[in-house]
Amino acid sequence: MELIGSLVILVGAFFLFSAGLGLLRMPDAFTRIQAGTKASTLGNILVLVGLGIYHPDWSAKLILVAYFVLMTNPLSSHALSRAAHAIGTPMAASTITDALRDAENAHKEEGGAG
Amino acid sequence: MLELLVILVCAGILVSGVLAVCLGNLLAAMISAGLASLFAAVSYVLLAAPDVAMAEAAIGSGLATLIFLYTMRRTGSGGEP
Amino acid sequence: MADIILRIAGALIFMGIACGVVRLIIGRTIVDRIVAIDMLTVISISLIALYAHLSGRFVYIDVALVYGLLSFLAVLAIARFLERRS
Repeated sequence: MELIGSLVILVGAFFLFSAGLGLLRMPDAFTRIQAGTKASTLGNILVLVGLGIYHPDWSAKLILVAYFVLMTNPLSSHALSRAAHAIGTPMAASTITDALRDAENAHKEEGGAG
Repeated sequence: MLELLVILVCAGILVSGVLAVCLGNLLAAMISAGLASLFAAVSYVLLAAPDVAMAEAAIGSGLATLIFLYTMRRTGSGGEP
Repeated sequence: MADIILRIAGALIFMGIACGVVRLIIGRTIVDRIVAIDMLTVISISLIALYAHLSGRFVYIDVALVYGLLSFLAVLAIARFLERRS
């Protein structure tokens, strides 16, 4: 049982390390937001699950911590990427499409015509 | 082992404090001050003072950032992104 | 065996913190720095929970709980500030 819990914690720590590495190596701000947020959420939840396997009597508060992280982390990353798009953060040279700008342009044309 | 962890975290406090002084952009300096507060909270946990760490987390990470942002909005400063 | 694996996991988490601090130091735009401190907060929650297991004290989970509640408020306020200023 201890070995299973420690292996789950090790996998979670590897995901946290890969979040840091992705934050360091990705080409522009939007890909850094994606890499940092998603990998760190998964790593955090795996670490908390491993601790829950170790101590089953701690599991109520661990589930509460995992619930807060799972609710608040996508919210903050969404607001941050929307603000980054609004202030015109430069994208990488290999970016193909920008769907939010296209949608805003279409909405503006529609409002101007109507 | 514990001494090595505390020395690493305190080096993090030192680096982020120097960064907060040296950065020109006000918003980036505010974020560096938040990083110093984060490392301070981790070092309080390592030194077995969880209640002080909770107060540091609430004040340094939440309240100080909001007050700095309010001041920047009222004075109209903030630097270029 | 399990103790050695936990120490390796702690070293990996510290390497992730080092990568995030390097990105916060060299970050070109302001958004890079904000996302770096957001990720560092989540990694610190994991580190505090792991240290609560290693030292065997249940009280340390409360600090991680307070951080999970309060950390996103700062990022949300900064995002609203940037979006309103543009």
